[in-house]
Amino acid sequence: MMNRERVDISRRDFLIRTTTAGAGFSLGLYLPLSSAGVLAAGSGSSAVPEVNAWVVIEPDDTVIIRIARSEMGQGTLTGLAQLVAEELECDWSRVKTEYPTPGQNLARGRVWGSFATGGSQGIRGSHLYVRKGGAVAREMLIEAAAEAWDVPMEECRVAESVITHTPTGRTTSYGKVAAAAAELFPPEQVELKNPKDWRLIGQPVKRLDTVDKLTGKQVFGADLQMPGMLNAAIRACPTFGGRLKSFDQAKVRKMPGVRQVVRVGDDAVAVVAETWWQAKTALDALPIDWDRGPNAAVSTASIEQMLDEGLDSEDAFVGNRSGDAGKALRGAVKTVEATYRYPYQNHATMEPMNATARWTEDRCDVWCPTQNGEAALQAAAEAAGLPIGKCEVYKIHLGGGFGRRGAFHDFVQQAVLIAKQLPGTPVKLLWTREEDMQHGHYHPITKARLVGGLDEKGDLVGLHVRISGQSILASVNPGWMSNGVDMFTFQGLLPDGDHAISYTVPNLLVEHAMRNPPVPPGFWRGVNINQNAIYLESFIDELAHAAGKDPLAFRRRLMANHPKSLAVLNAVAEKAGWDKPAPAGVYRGLAVCKAFASHVAACAEVSVDDGGRLKIHRIVAATDPGYAVNPQQIEAQVEGSFVYGLSALLYGECTIRDGSVEQRNFNDYPSMLINEMPEVDVIVMPSGGFWGGIGEPTIAVAAPAVLNAIFAATGKRIRQCPLKNTDLRSA
Amino acid sequence: MAKLKINGNMLEIDVDGTTPLLWVLREQLGLTGTKYSCGIGVCGSCTVHVDGEAVRACILPVSALKPSQEITTIEGLSADGTHPLQQAWEELDVPQCGYCQPGMIMSAAALLNENPSPSDADIDAKVNNICRCGTFNRVRRGIHLAAQIHKGASKRERS
Ligand code: FES
Ligand code: FES
Repeated sequence: MMNRERVDISRRDFLIRTTTAGAGFSLGLYLPLSSAGVLAAGSGSSAVPEVNAWVVIEPDDTVIIRIARSEMGQGTLTGLAQLVAEELECDWSRVKTEYPTPGQNLARGRVWGSFATGGSQGIRGSHLYVRKGGAVAREMLIEAAAEAWDVPMEECRVAESVITHTPTGRTTSYGKVAAAAAELFPPEQVELKNPKDWRLIGQPVKRLDTVDKLTGKQVFGADLQMPGMLNAAIRACPTFGGRLKSFDQAKVRKMPGVRQVVRVGDDAVAVVAETWWQAKTALDALPIDWDRGPNAAVSTASIEQMLDEGLDSEDAFVGNRSGDAGKALRGAVKTVEATYRYPYQNHATMEPMNATARWTEDRCDVWCPTQNGEAALQAAAEAAGLPIGKCEVYKIHLGGGFGRRGAFHDFVQQAVLIAKQLPGTPVKLLWTREEDMQHGHYHPITKARLVGGLDEKGDLVGLHVRISGQSILASVNPGWMSNGVDMFTFQGLLPDGDHAISYTVPNLLVEHAMRNPPVPPGFWRGVNINQNAIYLESFIDELAHAAGKDPLAFRRRLMANHPKSLAVLNAVAEKAGWDKPAPAGVYRGLAVCKAFASHVAACAEVSVDDGGRLKIHRIVAATDPGYAVNPQQIEAQVEGSFVYGLSALLYGECTIRDGSVEQRNFNDYPSMLINEMPEVDVIVMPSGGFWGGIGEPTIAVAAPAVLNAIFAATGKRIRQCPLKNTDLRSA
Repeated sequence: MAKLKINGNMLEIDVDGTTPLLWVLREQLGLTGTKYSCGIGVCGSCTVHVDGEAVRACILPVSALKPSQEITTIEGLSADGTHPLQQAWEELDVPQCGYCQPGMIMSAAALLNENPSPSDADIDAKVNNICRCGTFNRVRRGIHLAAQIHKGASKRERS
């Protein structure tokens, strides 16, 4: 429904902060400090009325497209703009973008829909209504031109922001008729283009947000500066569930720049100073006494015990059942059993958590990098103790999200709780890397025991997968569970839907024994498909080996009912040359998966030298996301997901001791570097008819394909991640 | 008081000498293109040049710098954003979130300063910045492309 209410949201009140420090230095940061401000993600600053919620066109034909979801590197800003522009028929070279604020979204009956940016939903979750938004604006612009010319709309054509009256050849541009269009009622119905007529969707156009990232101009949350702003550094009790007992502020009160030392909630203390470095220096010197609480004895070993017990327990939730797996396994000619384990991991976004807040008795404003502006607004209002209508959140560009900045706004709440103690003063809270490492919402921990049975022909007759471990939803969003079951735990193993298993197993039982240690879990890039694909795809390889069959042929026999998954698997096998020998010393491994509605597969090529050093030479990856909005950005996402997934495979592990995460920084929580990066051969093969995700699905296949290749190279079946804990020298 | 030459400007800055260069740049001078991520010299987000060489500003106290040393930040890499690396990065759409990119570009620029046509092995050895978004393959292509752009430009200058 288009909203005819005229809300003046194109008025922008920006304060410009200029820091001058000697000749030749000046830096302007544009900050919207007014309640009605809309933060420009591009550099639009027009005062013209919007055509509709999605489109503003300036007299000079600049097109400003509003983007509700957050750009955090995944390219959604550009992809969503392509969707709107396709229907709008505007000149792409004149397109800019901006973020509406979450407060405006609420005030306008959520005209922009959801702001949540996660689950690879940016494009697939909003393509329909954003394309409609573009089409409606186009119709209004044509109608305005037709009215001015006093001709029927049907006689007008439009392309590249130019409207032509076909019979007379008269032309006008969007910029000239936009003001008149804004006065019109939107059409009730619009027809969307047939995908075969798309001209912009499907094109590898360049991102709209690159240039400022090359010069240091791009402002991230951590970079904000405002007049009169103070800086805060924080420390929360490192033990999960612990509390702040006391702190001795006399010891640091006189240190340079220090303004205040404040309690933040019941578990943290912050130093507020003129600069962040001063705040952090004083915080390091602050004596703090913690009440470590009930989890002080929790360790990796104690959590392991919980999970082991879950592997054997009588009770478990069922995620997928067909036939009778128990009977099939008892009757099998050969059975194979293996137990796998996947650890806790931090998101480790390059930009640590941060938020800037200004609180007064009747207003609270927050500037922050967030994957969900509306959730950030909710968190801000709660912490501020103010009605949501008196609060606003301005989304600032994110230095990475990966799930950390979507469901959790602990950093926003802290910033507001600090700002509340300095009414009227903007305070920027920035976490240290150490704080970020110890106060994550971690990739959950699980183990899995798999038992598979083969018949005399070596075909799979039964499979039992018992997962034991942590549920994200039980901790984060119990409302999304059904009867206590967290179906999200079964990502990639479900009977149908976006995360369906890619095989037909005649007798299948997939279960989850939920065991929730007191370490906060969270959504993560891919999340549960990461380990579920390792469990299933490694084990399928184990079964193929036990059956004496080629891993590709073994999989194919189970995939007759999964033609799209089979197609991506075949594509990688063909491109990698599966049926031909690999170069000497190089070994291959396969993996396939359906995740976030996309079908993905990978073939990894690795070598392992006598010293056990692994080299990943190349990964051929295929993805069928249904529709491919921007193929070059899909390639970038596939490569990026491999870096995240392979970093997890090689190094990613948070261990627990005394109820705290033991890792502190990138020295003990490493991430892969360019010298470990394989060549990535991306096959984008959209088959149409559905909309699948892009940012996450391929992460699932990187690790199992590499693990299977390592087995081919060494004969070692690795069932523990990360690899840094395993000696890869051949058995 | 520290006396520093930054992006060609001689500056006197009222700051405790133990403060790392990173925070002087970001907080005293408003040069926020240089990023904080680890603060322990591991990730490379804070990479700047001192006399053309890559250094990690988060572990470099300003007291260790002499006024004669030329400090260059991402803001001073080129006057107008047209350093060959910036051109190549734009051409290949290298950045994702972009947070690591100023450091990545400064590391690559230092490499090109000493080696105008680096091999893959040279890149592996010298560009050891963390990028959690995973831009490595485009970074590699970007460095090779920048080397070509640079070569083309110097050829044009000579002729
Ligand atoms: S912030 Fe300096 S190396 Fe990471
Ligand atoms: S582009 Fe986001 S961390 Fe490198």
